[in-house]
Amino acid sequence: MKVLAFNPDLCDGARGCEIACAETWFHVAAPHKSSIRIQALEDGFGAEFCIQCGACVPVCPVNALVQVKNGVVHLRKQSCVGCMACVGFCPYEVMHYDTDQAIAFKCVACGQCVQACPTGALAIIEADDVSTDLWNGREWRHLQENI
Amino acid sequence: MTSHQLLVLAEFSYDVRQPERGYAGQTLYVNVGETRIAAKSVDETMKRTFIGGRGFDLWLLWQGVQDTTRWSDPENEIVISSGPCGGTTQYPGSGKSIAATISPLTDIVIDSNAGGHFGPYLKFAGWDAIEIQGNASGDVIIFVNGPAGKVQLLAAPEDCPPDTHQLGAWVNERFAETEEDRQLMAFLSTGRGAEHTYMGCLNFSLYDRKRKDLRYKQAGRGGIGTVFRHKRVKAVVVRTCSFGGDANQPADLERIIETGAAMHREVARWDAVQNRMRHRGTAYLVQIMDDYDLLPVKNFQYGSHPDTARINGEVWEKTYTQNLPDGCWYGCTVACAHAVDDYRVRTGPYAGSCVIVDGPEYETVAGVGSNCGIFDPTVILEINFYCDTYGIDTISFGTTMAFVMECYEAGMLTAEQTGGLQLNFGNAEGALEVLHQMARGEGFGRLVGKGIQRMKDYFATHFGADRAFLDEIGMEAKGLEYSEYVTKESLAQQGGYGLTNKGPQHDEAWLIFMDQVNNQLPTFADKAEALHYFPMWRTWFGLCGFCKLPWNDVVDPKNAESDDPTKIPHHVENYVRIFSGVTGREVTADDLIRMSERVYNFQRVFNLRLGKGLRAHDAIPYRSAGPVTPAEYQSRQARYDQQIVEWLDLDPTEMSLEQKLTAHRCHRMAQYEQLIDAVYARRGWTSKGVPTPETLRSLGIDYPDVLAVVERHL
Repeated sequence: MKVLAFNPDLCDGARGCEIACAETWFHVAAPHKSSIRIQALEDGFGAEFCIQCGACVPVCPVNALVQVKNGVVHLRKQSCVGCMACVGFCPYEVMHYDTDQAIAFKCVACGQCVQACPTGALAIIEADDVSTDLWNGREWRHLQENI
Repeated sequence: MTSHQLLVLAEFSYDVRQPERGYAGQTLYVNVGETRIAAKSVDETMKRTFIGGRGFDLWLLWQGVQDTTRWSDPENEIVISSGPCGGTTQYPGSGKSIAATISPLTDIVIDSNAGGHFGPYLKFAGWDAIEIQGNASGDVIIFVNGPAGKVQLLAAPEDCPPDTHQLGAWVNERFAETEEDRQLMAFLSTGRGAEHTYMGCLNFSLYDRKRKDLRYKQAGRGGIGTVFRHKRVKAVVVRTCSFGGDANQPADLERIIETGAAMHREVARWDAVQNRMRHRGTAYLVQIMDDYDLLPVKNFQYGSHPDTARINGEVWEKTYTQNLPDGCWYGCTVACAHAVDDYRVRTGPYAGSCVIVDGPEYETVAGVGSNCGIFDPTVILEINFYCDTYGIDTISFGTTMAFVMECYEAGMLTAEQTGGLQLNFGNAEGALEVLHQMARGEGFGRLVGKGIQRMKDYFATHFGADRAFLDEIGMEAKGLEYSEYVTKESLAQQGGYGLTNKGPQHDEAWLIFMDQVNNQLPTFADKAEALHYFPMWRTWFGLCGFCKLPWNDVVDPKNAESDDPTKIPHHVENYVRIFSGVTGREVTADDLIRMSERVYNFQRVFNLRLGKGLRAHDAIPYRSAGPVTPAEYQSRQARYDQQIVEWLDLDPTEMSLEQKLTAHRCHRMAQYEQLIDAVYARRGWTSKGVPTPETLRSLGIDYPDVLAVVERHL
């Protein structure tokens, strides 16, 4: 499964990833329109983004959410009726909404944030099982150990 | 044959305007008798005074009918409107349509709401309401084609199927060419049962994108489907353009989305551990009602039964073909509209067919199940399917059938009079046969289809039945059959049924737990306040296009810490935000109640105008207030004896059963009369039940013709 992964040890908190994401998908440098959110923690930084668990897919009343072959969940904008059911039912609260267009949006592991990150704290990886370990570096370390 | 090949009787072109701040700004008038179509504008005064939904229905109907109009007259109308918030996709339960007409059962206005896609699609196609008047000479179809900006009155061809589930396939074939067409189309219909009974329901379709099939929700109460077929309307089809989450063009979309997303989170967090509406629908109530002795069993004689576990929510959760989300409008995460797929029909004209059965919901399970002494889920499904496709209200059918069964067991009715049917409680095959007869308009079923009020007259006149007994056990008020809750131990809910505008339907007030279980309404003043606030609050849902269920069927437990948990203040605040967000009108929670007071009092005056609406019409059958029969008394003897001690300071051991029954009757009916006095005073009505001119003036509905009606009764 293709998914974004974060290594907090490498994050400098510059949030260039948020800007890159919002510019890619909404053409504005607005962090609230980013699918990745960086938080300042007591001992560094944390990130939250979609881990492609697919829990939102059956919740959508119009089949606008689809999990494609590589495991990434995509939102078909032309089908979305903006109900935000997926926002409310996302177990990780990483489905976001845009009030200008009345649509939901999420990380689709496009990798634009990875390219924008100057410290290499983000990567697109292949993972068999997904969890919030993708946010805290455990999955990252697990992957490196296996390499 | 497509819709293009149907004979066009009338055609009307219009400019399709996307709704602005929740309103399309015009209503559609179709006279099927005169083959005439017109548009009526919606001005600010109409929006401010009547809001939408039921308010618009009543206002348009008031202008369309005469004081003497009865249900079958050409000037009677069916009016359907959703309301300004209808079609909102972000908040659960925002897709309701409300239908109103003069009822064949009650001879006054009936309003009944339904889910499905029709109301919102009608608005997205450019109309806040549709008003259908006249009686056509042959079957017709009304086609509102939003994308084309055209309304057509079409002659329905002879191959048009008689019942909804087949008619749906027919409509799909002729009015929708692609999958997208089917998604963007909704229609109204009913079946042959509505042609031959007074309890015809109106089916509102929704295209289920998961199942890729049509499903139906019902505006069940009061015979709106009967009026629909009397007008010779087969279907009203609406097609809309594709739409998104901003289709209402609300004033403040951000406020709506934030409120809706938070509510979705609340549903996601709590429904699974509370009522499980997403899994059991309203049928979760069956066991709870039984546990509290509130489930109607054998014509409301009893409140529980050992076999209830065979038809409770746990059973339905396993029986429903889970295909989440089962919302009846987009974005309803409460999603209670479950269904059973591939049900093989066992009886009647569709025996052997595999069909989708929508539901069953609580009222259906209790009405056609426990209330008739039937505890077989497959029979409930069979009756549910046929009621829906025939176009017969499951509530009226269940309550009426229960009345018939008690009459039969009490010897008021013989097998000779029923055409050979032995209609004891629990006789499922007998109930099904009556249902098929009702749909055909034949045999004993033809009489049953006229409802309890008319059956009482007939049984007393033609069968020599004891009229007083029939009046006590016949669970109807104003001509409408009771919905499915036992109210004997809740005086407030006796008023919740009796002191309604349209008749005993729980969508005005459901106070049993507050009153009976939690003892939160100890005084008459408390009960009167509740019988003011809650009917007004629930009326408001019907003005705006909301469903009541997301208000109080899933609630964050933090509500218990609020100032008034019974009102669920944080949800009330959600509705304030949604209404303001859609319409741009900054309002308060009190303003919402004020909106309802206008419409509610207007409807009361409408009843007066049509010859009812007085205190005498708010009477209830004694069965809803206390035990009628010795067996009923004995089933709860300890409770009733204790009440004789506590309420009357008498010694039950010194009294005969007959004396105890009489003592209860006198006390309970006197209590009901005291309740009426208290409620009328709180509502600003005279002791006869007439809204005073001062009340009407304070509400701003003191129009000359409205005042003229009340002045006749002061």
